[in-house]
Formats: sequence, C-alpha cells, structure tokens
Amino acid sequence: MSIPSPARLAYLDHAATTPIYPEVVEAMAKQLGRLGNASALHGSGRSARRVVEESRETIAAAVNSRPSEVVFTSGGTESDNLALKGFYWARRKADPARIRILSTAVEHHAVLDPLHWLASEEGAQVELLPVDSDGRLDVDALHAAVERDPSSVALISVMWANNEVGTLQPVDEVVAMAAPYAIPVHSDAVQALGQLRLDFAASGLDAMTVAGHKIGGPFGVGALLLRREAELVPLLHGGGQERDVRSGTIDAPASVGFAVAAELAVKGQPERAPALSALRDELISRVLGVVPDAQLNGPQGEARLPGNVHLSFPGCEGDSLLMLLDAQGVECSTGSACSAGVPQASHVLLAMGREESIARGSLRYSLGHTSSRADVDRVVEVIGPAVERARAAGVSSTAGQRA
Amino acid sequence: MKIIAAMSGGVDSAVAAARATEAGHDVTGIHLALSRNPKSYRSGARGCCTIEDSNDARRAADVIGIPFYVWDLSDRFHEAVVEDFTSEYAAGRTPNPCMRCNEKIKFEAVLERALALGFDAVATGHYARLRIGTDGLVELHRAVDPGKDQSYVLGVLSQRQLAHSLFPLGDTNKTDVRLEAERRGLSVAAKPDSHDICFISDGDTAGWLRERLGTGSGDIVDAGGQVVGSHKGTFGFTIGQRRGLHIDRRAADGKPRYILDIEPVSGQVTVGSRDDLRVDFISGTQPRWCGQIPTGELDCTVQLRAHGGELRARATVAADSVDIDLLEPASGVASGQAAVLYTDTRVVGSATISRARRGVGV
Repeated sequence: MSIPSPARLAYLDHAATTPIYPEVVEAMAKQLGRLGNASALHGSGRSARRVVEESRETIAAAVNSRPSEVVFTSGGTESDNLALKGFYWARRKADPARIRILSTAVEHHAVLDPLHWLASEEGAQVELLPVDSDGRLDVDALHAAVERDPSSVALISVMWANNEVGTLQPVDEVVAMAAPYAIPVHSDAVQALGQLRLDFAASGLDAMTVAGHKIGGPFGVGALLLRREAELVPLLHGGGQERDVRSGTIDAPASVGFAVAAELAVKGQPERAPALSALRDELISRVLGVVPDAQLNGPQGEARLPGNVHLSFPGCEGDSLLMLLDAQGVECSTGSACSAGVPQASHVLLAMGREESIARGSLRYSLGHTSSRADVDRVVEVIGPAVERARAAGVSSTAGQRA
Repeated sequence: MKIIAAMSGGVDSAVAAARATEAGHDVTGIHLALSRNPKSYRSGARGCCTIEDSNDARRAADVIGIPFYVWDLSDRFHEAVVEDFTSEYAAGRTPNPCMRCNEKIKFEAVLERALALGFDAVATGHYARLRIGTDGLVELHRAVDPGKDQSYVLGVLSQRQLAHSLFPLGDTNKTDVRLEAERRGLSVAAKPDSHDICFISDGDTAGWLRERLGTGSGDIVDAGGQVVGSHKGTFGFTIGQRRGLHIDRRAADGKPRYILDIEPVSGQVTVGSRDDLRVDFISGTQPRWCGQIPTGELDCTVQLRAHGGELRARATVAADSVDIDLLEPASGVASGQAAVLYTDTRVVGSATISRARRGVGV
C-alpha cells in the first residue's frame, strides 16, 4: 500500500473544515445517548428541548443575537438557500415588482447557484456586482444599482469574508445603502465566524449564515441568523419547527456540538486572530522568499481574514501543485472544493481580473485554531521544489498542445 | 517505480491499478476529466467520463488504498480528439478517436505531465503486453485474451511512450479480471464495458456529425458513374456498408450493392458489388514505429480496424509512408483508419490509410 506517510502532516485547509474541538466531541457523545425528540411534550422531549434551547442561547450569545433569531439548519448551503429563496419569494409575493437581487461576483457557490436558479426558474433579475483587484465589492456600483430603482430590489446578499482570497466585504456600507428602502440584506459569514468579531445585532443585517464545522463544531449543522421581524417563505415544510421557517426534527446532539464550538471559537477569537494574522503574514513572506514571482491574491493586513493565504504561482497548474504538496503531507486547496473534483479557474480570481492561466495556478492555505509555526515551516520547506516540478509539468503540457 | 494509474471508473483500469500497487509500485490514481459538460450518470455501455465514473474510480482508489486526483484535460481532449474527429470526417476520412486519444492524451499529455511531476510511468487497463526484446527495446504484443486484445489501438505509441507504460492486464482473460475485481472488493466488478465513442453519449455518431457538419446530401452512383439514387448525408455511411442506401434502381445482376467510396466535397457516394470492395493494396501515411524502423520490405500481418482480423501482407517502408501489399484481400477499407502491422504477436508500427486500391481481382 502506498498511502503517503509523510513525516509531518501540515493541515492548511481550515477554510474547508477545521478540526473539531475535543469538548465538542465529548458534549455530543453525551447527548447522543439521550432519548427524546425536542418537539415531544413529555419529560424526555422536554429535556431534549432544553438542550436545544440552551444551545440556541449559547450561539445567540456568541454572535450577539436574540435566541429566537437562531434558526438551526443543516449547514451553510441550506442557510444560504433559505435566505435567498425565502426572502425572494416573500418579497415578491408582497410586491410582484420586486424581482431584482443584488449580490457580488465573488460569492460562494452556495449563494451563486441559488441565484442562478432563481434567475432561470423564478424570474429573478440577478445583478452580480463587480469587485476590485483585491476582491472587494465596488460599493459605488452597488449604490448605483440600488438607486436605479430601489422599489424593485427584493434583497441584497454580500458575503462577510471571501472563502477563497479572504477579502472582507464592506457589509456595513451595504446595510447602510439598503436601510432607507428597507431592503433585506443577507450575508454569508461562514468564513468569518471565529476569525472575526461578529455582532449580528450591530451589523444591521436581516439574515446571516453560519456553519458548525468551520469553527470546530460538527458537520451537518449550521444556522441562519434571522432578524425577528424578517419574513421569509420556508424551503422545508413540515412540523413547523424553528419558527415555522425550517421544519424537521431538531438534531439535539448537533446543536449542542455547534453551541460548544461557537462558544470556544468566539471566546478564543480575540487572542487567536492576531496570532493567526502574524502566522499568515509570515507564511506569505516566507513563500515569496522561496518563490519570488508568486503573487498574493487579495488584500493585506486588516482587510483580510486572519487565517487566509492565497497565492498564484505563474506557470504552474494548481492541481499539480496540490498533488505534489499532498504527497509531502502539506494539505491545502486550489479554491473551493468541487463535487466532481474537477479543478476549474476560480470565478473569484477571474472577477478580480486575473488571467485564467494565473487563476488556474493558485493555492489557498488556510490557518485555524490548531495551526502552528511548524505548519508554516513545512510549507516553506517543500514549496520550492514543488513549484519547480509543477512548472516543468505545466510547460510540458502546454508544449504538446499544438503538436 | 512511481506510477500514475489512469482510472476511467471501469473494471479494467481499477484492476490494473490494484495489480501495479500489489507489484510494489508507488501508485497514484488519476481520473481524466475529458468532457466539458459531464453528464451525471452513464446509460448502458455508452460513454464514459461522467461524474459517476469519476466517483467509481475514486472508490476503486480508496479500496486499493492509493491517492486519487482528477486531471482536467477536457480542453486538450476537445482540441486533439474531438475536433480532429470532426475535421477528419469533413475530409471524408474515417478516424479512430480512441487511437488518437491514446496517442495525444493518455500517452502524451498525461505521460509527459506524470514524468515532469516525478513519476516513472503510466499504467492503464489496456489489454496488451510489453516485453523487452533482444535489442533491449520494449516490444508491444497482443494480449493473451484475443477477444479483448487492444494492441491495435496502442499501435501509435513510440518507443519512448512504451518505455514509460505499464499494461498489467495483458496476460489475463477478461473474465478473470472481473473475478479478480470481485475478489478485491472493487465495486466496479460488474460494470458493463464501454463501447462506442465516449464523447457521443447517445451513440448516434451520424446525428452528431450532421449537427456539426451539415447534411451534405448527394448522389449515389455506380462504378460507371451512372446515378442510381440519392442520399441525405454521408455521415451515416461507411465503406462496405450495404444496408440503408435506399437505392431505387436495382443492379443489373440483381446482387446487393455496397458503398465503395465517399467523396466528401461533392457528397457523391459510389456503390458496387461485393467483389468491387476487395482491396489488395493500401498506402499509409504518418507511419509510427514502436521500435526500430523497419527497412525495405517487411513480411507481416496487418490489422485494419479495432476488432478486425489479421491479413497477411508485405509492407514497403519509406521515410514518411508505407505501401502495403495485401496477400489476402481486405474488404471495405476507408481512408483515415489505421493499418497496424504485426510480426507474429508483436506490433511493429502503424500508419494512417490514405489510399486503397480496389478490385484488381486478387
């Protein structure tokens, strides 16, 4: 068998998923053995319900929302779908003229694909607003799009921080533009929770997506933070759980796991963020030291997620690099994961104006709560030869192209 | 050795990867994404490269215990294989896209990339054997399973390509490969073999070509040039075809008529008797030799299509062409097809048929 058994494993894909906290495993394991449907009225039901409601309160406290504003879902994708479709249907029902959805060209596919679907199947007019070369929303373009005809805007969705290049978006400015017209604003904050300080109440958002496994919690659970007054049409109809917005038996063990993770992630954030930022900047400068013509994508410093490094290596195919690093025990990503495993040039980098060939030769290293300098050392140790080799492969595959 | 195992998601390439691993090689599985718009599921024996195939390959790699990646070669495949296929048909030739894929994708794009990334060879599930000859060069031989032998479609490979290839299934019968897959716990053990052209998912090659090249209707004439009918496009036709011609005038001798020739520009199709189809000489261009280039005359056998038989022949080799005298006549030879030359079980090389001489009464 030849499963690579590298001397050291450097896990640099925390943006894909980050290691679960031992406290989470423990809390979930305890709850898994307990009987009770949280919707049942008897004693077992009440104790399950209590666990769910305490989890809800913990999560609410972690993001400064009301407990009733936490709608449990199966994760980020469902939360995004619920917000986008739910707001669109509800707003259009109230006024058929409201069919425009404003968003950005760099959203995650969990936002982009529902928007494409709403455009093709539900008559939505989706406007994906441009970003600058750092991936930051062009707020003037958004402003113009809102002002052109505010009454026709069903909703606005702008991610808190980009999952590929780590760019923070001006969510406060977006909210300020929407407020005069009472246009609901949603933000996908899956990458931001635990990395940045999030305050749902102060954000002025109507809805915000968060997910468990990105913060050291379990897979398969997330939440849509949904302002109390917000009205949206559910995706899932059934038993009327979660304010009648998201039917389905609530997963008590998952909710408790999510809550424990949210508490730990948010409590540790003030200390972790500067430490990760320092590690991030060290990784960037040391890789650039080894590969001087590599290019950092996205902004530097405060305008970037503390744990995100995204570099283009001209002349390399990203998937060649990934494979070479993987064989050396360095685990990173070429962008967002794709079900078929087929790498494609990132829509985020293309929206930022990168050439397709540059976009294809990019890697994301993402740091998280278990990252250390040893991880950075390991990357720096192996990146030089890997780039050299990937370049040779890149050149050879282009050379034969016209043969 | 460090080996790249190209895994299609089928049973053959899965077992090939497993055998390479068991032989002690350091194997990494890859699946080639060749279609620009992969379908989710495969229907029957047609096509490949669906997301389901990719998942099947991934599961096989899991079971074998090797790393697995998907390589996107769809642009190159489109350019080198799909566009070539279309333009060859447009020029009135009958190309073999699988050979083209072996030549340009599996044993060129993939192999070159693998070598550059530090691998030593590419392993596939082709049924063919490699052997070191007395001259120290790698020889390509027919597989032991005559029903599955795929040496024909590998006949375009050069010595360099062969020297970096591994065909672990060449010494095994297909039925045993399926049993072995089952024994190894590979879930693809019972998956049907793929046939037809992988990028034409519904199997309707004529319709696919019509869509791209237009209908090209024209006359059907007999060997004397007299019009005996008309057709609505040549793409459904192959040399030697008898059915579906809809000729309204019967032949003088009342015997069935076959397509002898297709003229791509005018769309004129020539028909004649079965005897007229007989070919005793073919001339090939773009010769490719697996090892030493033969000089002068070569007594050999020749195979003219993927599942065709072997014919005794004498080849005269020139720098960029090969003339092949057929000692047994062939029937229905189309230009664009490959003529693969063998001595006994060994593949000597191949050439693309550019001309066939008919009906001299062998």
